[in-house]
Amino acid sequence: MISFAATALPQVIPQSSDYVRILPELVLAIFGMAVMALDPLLGDRATQKTLGAVGLLGTLAALGATAYMAQAPGLAFWDMIRVDTFSVFFHFVVITVAAITILTSHEYMAVQQLRAGEYYALILFGTLGMALMSSAVELVLIFIALEISSIATYILAGFRRRFAISGESSLKYFLLGSFATAFFLYGVALMFGATGSTNIQVIAHALGNGPIPVLAYAAAALMFVGVGFKVAAAPFHVWTPDVYEGAPAPIVGLMSTGPKAAAFAVLLRIVFEASVPGAFWLIWISAALSMTIGNIGALVQDNVKRLLAYSSIAHAGYLLVAFAAQPELGTSAAMFYTAAYAAMNVGAFAVVTHLASRDERYVTLEDYAGLGHRSPLLAATLTIFLLSLIGIPATGGFFAKFYVFSAALKANLVGLTIIGVLNSAVGAYYYLRIIVMMYMKESREEAPVAPVSLSLGVGLAVSVLLTLYLGILPGRVLDYADEGARQMLHPTEQAVSQVSP
Amino acid sequence: MSKEFLHGIILTLVTFMPLAGALLLLLFPRRDRDIRVFALVISLLTFGLSLHLPVYFQRHAAGFQYEVDKQWIASPNIHYHMGVDGISMWLILLTTFLTPLCVLISWTSVHDRVKEFFILLLILETALIGVFTALDLFLFYFFWESTLIPMALLIGMYGHGRKIYAAVKFFLFTMVASVFMLAAMLWLYAKTGSFDLLVIQNAIRDGKVEGFLIAAPWLFLGFFVAFAVKVPLFPVHTWLPDAHVEAPTAGSVLLAGVMLKMGTYGMMRFNLGLFPEQSHHNAPWIMVLALIGIVYGALVAMVQPNMKKLIAYSSISHLGFVVLGIFSFTAIGLAGAEFVMLAHGVSTGALFMLAGIIYERKHTYEIKDFGGLASPMPVYATFFLFIVLASVGLPMLNGFVGEFMTLTGAFQARAVYGIIAATGVIWSACYLLWMYQRVFYGKVTHPENNSLLDLSRREQLALWPTAVAALVMGVAPLLWLNIINPAVETLLPVSQMVSKVAGQ
Repeated sequence: MISFAATALPQVIPQSSDYVRILPELVLAIFGMAVMALDPLLGDRATQKTLGAVGLLGTLAALGATAYMAQAPGLAFWDMIRVDTFSVFFHFVVITVAAITILTSHEYMAVQQLRAGEYYALILFGTLGMALMSSAVELVLIFIALEISSIATYILAGFRRRFAISGESSLKYFLLGSFATAFFLYGVALMFGATGSTNIQVIAHALGNGPIPVLAYAAAALMFVGVGFKVAAAPFHVWTPDVYEGAPAPIVGLMSTGPKAAAFAVLLRIVFEASVPGAFWLIWISAALSMTIGNIGALVQDNVKRLLAYSSIAHAGYLLVAFAAQPELGTSAAMFYTAAYAAMNVGAFAVVTHLASRDERYVTLEDYAGLGHRSPLLAATLTIFLLSLIGIPATGGFFAKFYVFSAALKANLVGLTIIGVLNSAVGAYYYLRIIVMMYMKESREEAPVAPVSLSLGVGLAVSVLLTLYLGILPGRVLDYADEGARQMLHPTEQAVSQVSP
Repeated sequence: MSKEFLHGIILTLVTFMPLAGALLLLLFPRRDRDIRVFALVISLLTFGLSLHLPVYFQRHAAGFQYEVDKQWIASPNIHYHMGVDGISMWLILLTTFLTPLCVLISWTSVHDRVKEFFILLLILETALIGVFTALDLFLFYFFWESTLIPMALLIGMYGHGRKIYAAVKFFLFTMVASVFMLAAMLWLYAKTGSFDLLVIQNAIRDGKVEGFLIAAPWLFLGFFVAFAVKVPLFPVHTWLPDAHVEAPTAGSVLLAGVMLKMGTYGMMRFNLGLFPEQSHHNAPWIMVLALIGIVYGALVAMVQPNMKKLIAYSSISHLGFVVLGIFSFTAIGLAGAEFVMLAHGVSTGALFMLAGIIYERKHTYEIKDFGGLASPMPVYATFFLFIVLASVGLPMLNGFVGEFMTLTGAFQARAVYGIIAATGVIWSACYLLWMYQRVFYGKVTHPENNSLLDLSRREQLALWPTAVAALVMGVAPLLWLNIINPAVETLLPVSQMVSKVAGQ
C-alpha cells in the first residue's frame, strides 16, 4: 500500500497478535480443510455424520476463537484488519448462522441422499469469508473476503445436482454475482483514484478534509451496486427468487442471512466510517424500492421459498432505512436488525428444510395446510419465526424494526418511516397466509410429518430462543451493538491507523 | 408476605398468572378434562388475585396505585411501568371476571384441539390485562399487539363459516391501524426521550416538546385511528360483525366484553390524557361519528336475521355511547362511559354466552329457526330475558346507570347530541325485545325444538355470575362509581386548564 512509505519503520513480519486477530478465520480454515481431508480418508456411509460433526465443531471452535479475539482489539496485518466490538458482533452473527445451517443440513443431506464432504467444507470457507468481511478495513481485502464467501455460496447453491433448477440457480447466482463484484471492484479502483488509498480510515480522512472529487461519487455508486446485489436490495434483487427457489433449502437459510449480514457490515463501514459522498439518496431510493417491491412481490407467491425470497428483499429494505439515519443510531439499529433477522430467518428456513422432505417436494403454501394438526410443535415454531418476521412484540423482529424506525425518526426521515411502516403492515398479510394455512385449513392428504432429528431440533431450539431473547430482553445485545457502533465510528487510540496520508 | 411487598408485585402477578398457566398447559398430556379443569383453576386464581386490587384500593389518593417501575431496556429508554387507577382497575377485573366464565362456556363446545384453545385463551387474558396495566407507551403497544394473535387464532381455528376471512380481516384491520399509533409513539419518544406516559404527559403540559403544536393533530389522529378501529367507531366497524359471527363463543365474549374496551380505554388514557386540547378540538366530529354509530348500529341490528350478528351490531351501538360520553368532557359523561364499558362487558358477554349455548344445541344462530323456546327451555328463557333487560337499560339493572350518565353528559355538552343519543335507548329496546319475542314467545314453530335441553348445571354456573353482577351494578353503582369518579376527575381539570390556556 501507499501507506508503507509514510511509516518510518514498516513492520514486515506479522506478530502473534496479528494472528490472534484473525483467529476465528484461521480456525474455520483449518476445520474446513480437515473436512476436505477427512472426506476421502473415511469410508462411505458413516462419513456424512462425521463430517457434519467436524464442521459443527469447527463453528463452535470459531465462536470460542471469536470470544478470545474479542479480548485483543486492535489493528492487524498492516492496518488491513481491525478487531473491535463491531467486527466481533458480526463474527458472532455469521458463525452462529453457519452453526445452525450445519445442524439443519445434517438431516437434509440424509433425506435428499446427497453425499458430499465438501458441502460442509464450503460452508466453513464461506463463513470464513463472511467473518473476514466484517473485520477488514481495507477495500481490497474486503473484496477478497467477499469473493471467498461468494464463491463458496455459488457452489453450494448448485448442490442439488439432480435438479436442473438447482443448476440454474447456481449459474444465475454466479453470473450475476460476478458481474456485481466486478462493479464493486471498479468502485474500489475509482475510490483509489479519488483518494489515493484503499484504506477506509485514510479514505475517510481524505473525504473529510478538502473538496470531494467527482470520482468519489461514481466510486460510491459502483460500490453500492456491488453490495446492493449481495444484500438483495432493489433494484439489484432480481436474482433472489430464482436462486432461492433452486438452491438447497438449508443453503437458502444461510445465503439469506450470513452473507447478507456480512455485506451489511461492509456497507456500514463504507457509508458511515468512510462516509462516502452521495450515499444518502442512493440508500433512500433503494430502501423505499426494496421494501415496496419485496412486499408486493411476496403477496402473490405460492412457493414458500420464493415467498421468503421476496420477504428477504423487503427486510433488506427495512435495514437500509437505518443507513439513511444518523451514523451512531443507524449503525447500532442495523447491527441489531441483522442479528434478529439472522435468527428468525435461518430458523424459518430450518422448518422449510424439514418440511420439504425428499426432493424438496413440499414447498408450496398448499403443502403447509393443516400443519398445526399434523405437527403442532413444528407449526408453533414456524409461527414464532413468522410473527417475528411480521414484527409482532415479544419477538426479535419487532425490536429490530422498532430500532430502525426510531433511528429514522430521530433523523427526521418521516417519509421513509411512513413508507416502511405501511410496508410492514402489507407484509403482515403474506406471513399470515402461511399461519392461516397451517392452522385454519385442512390438509389434503394426511401426509405425516417426519420426526425432527436431534440436530435439527437443536438448531430450531437455538433459533427460537435467540428470536425470543432478542424480543424480550434485547438490552444486552443492543448495548453491545451501541458499543460496536461507537468503536467503529470513533476508533480508540490503539485502533487508529498509524498511517497518515 | 408484607402488604407493601404484595402491593408492589400484585399487578405483575395478575398479569402474568394466566401466561404462566398457559406455559404449564404446554406440558400437559392431551387429556382434555384435565386441561379444562386446570384452565378453570388458573383463571379463577387470577380472578381471586385481582380482587386484591379493589379491596386495598386507596379511594382518595390521586394518581396511579400498585405501581411498579423498573427499567426494562436502557436504550431506548423503556420501562416496565405498570399501575392502575379507577379507570383501568375495573377493566382488569372485568377481564379476570369474564375469563373463567369463558372457560366454563367452552367446556364441551370446544372438543377438538382443546389444549391449544385454552393456551390461546390464557395468553389472551395476559395480553388483555397487560393493556390495562401498562403505563409505558411501549409496554402498552407490546400488550396491545399481543392481543391480536391469540384472538385471530381463536377465530380462525375454532370459529365457523367464513372463519379465515374473519380472522384475517380482524388481524389486518387492527394491525394496520395500530401501526399509526406506533408511529405517533415513536415521534413522542424521539422528542421526549421517554416512553413513560406520565413523563410525556408532563413534558407536553409544560410545553417542553419541540414541534409539538404542529405535530399534535397528527399524533392525536395516529392514536385515535388505532383506537377507533378497535372500538369500533363508524365507519371502521366492518370487521366486527364478521369477527363476531364466526368467532367461537369464548372469543366473542372476550372480544365484545373486553377487547372493544381497549379502544375506548385508549381514548381516555391517551387521547384525552396526552392531547386534551386536540381532543376538545376534534370532539364535534367524533361525537357525530359516535351518534351515527349509535343509531346506525341499532338500525342494522334490528334487521339482522342472525342472533349473533344482532348482538354484534348492538355492541357498535353501545360503544357509541361510550365514545359520546368520553368526548362530552363532563365528569358525569366520562364516569358514565366507564360504567357503560363495564356494564356492556358483563351483559354482552352474557348475551354471547347465551347465543353460544343455543348454537351448541342447534348449530344455527338464525332467529327464524327458533320460536317459542320459552316452553322447552324455561330457565334459559329467564336468564335471557334478564340479560336482555339489563342490556336494554332497565332501571335497577346495570345498563341503565351508565347510559343515563352518558346521556346527561351529552346533554351538558350539546343538547341535540343528547336527544339523538337518547333515541338509541329506544332502538335498543326495539331490536332486543323484538328478537326476544321472536325466539321465545308464541308456539314452538319448529317441532324438533321441543326436545331441546334446558341449561345444564355448568351453563347455569357460567351465567349466574353475570346475572348477579348485572343486578348489583344496577342497584349499587356507587361501589364502582366511588372509585371511578376521582380517576375521571383527574382527567378533566387537565383538559379544561389546557384548553383555557390555549383559548387565550
